[in-house]
Amino acid sequence: MSGIAGRDIAIVAFVELPPVSRDTEREEVELVQPVVSEALARAGLERRDVGFVCSGSCDYLLGRPFSFVAALDGVAPWPPILESHVEMDGAWALYEAWVRLLCGDVDTALVYAYGKSSLGDLPRVLAQQLDPYTLAPLGVDADAIAGLQARALCDAGRATERDVAKVAEGRRVSDGAAAVVLAAGATAERLAKRPAWIRGIDHRIEPHQLGARDLTRSSSTRLAAEHAGAFARRPDVAFLHAGFPHEEIILRDALAIDDAVTRVPSPRADPMIVAGLTRIGHAAATVLDGGADRALAHATSGPCLQQNLVCVLDASREATS
Amino acid sequence: MDDGFEAPYRLEYTYRRSTGAVIGRFLGALRDGRLEGVRTAGGRVLSPPLEYDPESGEDVGAPVDVGPGGVVTTWTWVAAPRPDHPVARPFAWALVRLDGADTAMLHAVDVGGEPGGIRTGLRVRARWRAERTGTIRDLECFVPHDGATPIDVARPTTEVSGPVALLPSPVRLDYTIIAGRHLRTYLSGLAKKRIVGGRCPRCRKVYLPPRGACPTCGVPADHEVEVRDTGTITTFCIIRIPFDAAPFPPPYAAVAVLLDGADMPIFHLVRGIPPEEVRMGMRVRATWVPDAELAPTLASIRWFEPSGEADLPYESIEAHL
Ligand SMILES: [Zn+2]
Repeated sequence: MSGIAGRDIAIVAFVELPPVSRDTEREEVELVQPVVSEALARAGLERRDVGFVCSGSCDYLLGRPFSFVAALDGVAPWPPILESHVEMDGAWALYEAWVRLLCGDVDTALVYAYGKSSLGDLPRVLAQQLDPYTLAPLGVDADAIAGLQARALCDAGRATERDVAKVAEGRRVSDGAAAVVLAAGATAERLAKRPAWIRGIDHRIEPHQLGARDLTRSSSTRLAAEHAGAFARRPDVAFLHAGFPHEEIILRDALAIDDAVTRVPSPRADPMIVAGLTRIGHAAATVLDGGADRALAHATSGPCLQQNLVCVLDASREATS
Repeated sequence: MDDGFEAPYRLEYTYRRSTGAVIGRFLGALRDGRLEGVRTAGGRVLSPPLEYDPESGEDVGAPVDVGPGGVVTTWTWVAAPRPDHPVARPFAWALVRLDGADTAMLHAVDVGGEPGGIRTGLRVRARWRAERTGTIRDLECFVPHDGATPIDVARPTTEVSGPVALLPSPVRLDYTIIAGRHLRTYLSGLAKKRIVGGRCPRCRKVYLPPRGACPTCGVPADHEVEVRDTGTITTFCIIRIPFDAAPFPPPYAAVAVLLDGADMPIFHLVRGIPPEEVRMGMRVRATWVPDAELAPTLASIRWFEPSGEADLPYESIEAHL
């Protein structure tokens, strides 16, 4: 995939805030500003050197329309910068930045995401992504829907009653932020000793009607992985984005991850809208610091793993067989 | 923490959604007390319907009757129903594959309040509301059914028939908003008749309130400085149209005031001068509420009044517009 425009793109820096369960001191911009400053410092870039900025956030988490505009102060948007935003996890902002770099007119991109889910009732906030005609009016929330998937996997003999019970305990989330710096070709080699080259990245989505999907499989993860070249060579390490244990079982199956691959478990508390970007960030960090030659990262969004992104990172810029 | 800097906040959108031909027809059938699906080109029956075949992306074909019986394909237990849930006592959310359909519908199953009553494979039938309006809630819930007894079919309760064109789709979410340290600094100052801004350590600009990041420099603008309660009107607007929340009968003037010592205007009202005499460059002074009424709010400044000083030239406010 990286050959579309004949340009190689790499991650050269990653920074995240230590997760805080409920941050009462900092506004959104104060979550963004430190990670952005630190990520640019690690890459050795000044703000004015950044070619493109893309962020991921969700107004429904904060209950405040256009919250991402206030957070933009953290990247010093004046004088005007080239900037975009996705109302999604930062992993999808990174995808947009990757596409933007393929265009060839800019050489560096900054991606960040922030999430403060402690202000609202998260399962009900997440219910806003459900079909508004047949699901939202029922008052069903995101954790209940996760329970349907866990039960289906248990019925199929691939999860235990313990996995099902985990869903009833609810999702552990935190407030947080993360930032990633991307660079193309020779610029990446100048900014990092061992850039984490994006050898493939792809994302796919499944129908919004839960009953039209096979909840025991993640066909979208499988398809994204195929298109990202994840099956060409076994990764040394994999960072999966799973909110519950049963989701990890489904993802391992879809990504054909066996015991030879080091799996990094999801943290106890993930920041919403940031978590997917942190998986890519951590995967890149293991390549950047020499801990792995090839790393796989996965990000998910929507009810029951509805939408999935897979990113393959490698220390080698050239394809090796 | 409850020190007055934390407040309940409700986000509400009174949306009505247009349904389109496929969903509108499905909802119209629910109002008649009937369950429908749609047939895809490949011969599968989707219920609830989708507007496209998820396997091919093609349009879907003719509607078909499904149900009124069905089978539970997965479920999750709700021990503590909320007031907006379809069933008042403990119940199960379930995916129900209706007879004649290839996909399943998410809805509630009322098994009498005991979790032992629900299982995958359970035969169920629809229980209808007596009064139906064309929403998924017209189907009150599913209940167990032995499969042998014929199922009563609901009778239309209204004269209205045909598709439902518009669906009320309100959003209501509750949050607890938190002022954060910068706004707290600013608001606490106002309760003491002090106006506290934040200085950017790089460009030296003073922002009101202090700010998580200077939009020009990208560093926190939070070195606290007190600014004066006198200032200059940079721009203004005469309000001539009455509205419910208007502070005064119109006409009156809303102004942007650049306080002495600040680089960013605040928005307030001006009194003590006919609105038509308000002008850019005019010098004003804050009129505070009586000391006993001071509180952590900008309303501690009742309004601004002309100070009697000579106007400032346009050049002195040009950079702050
Ligand atoms: Zn500054």
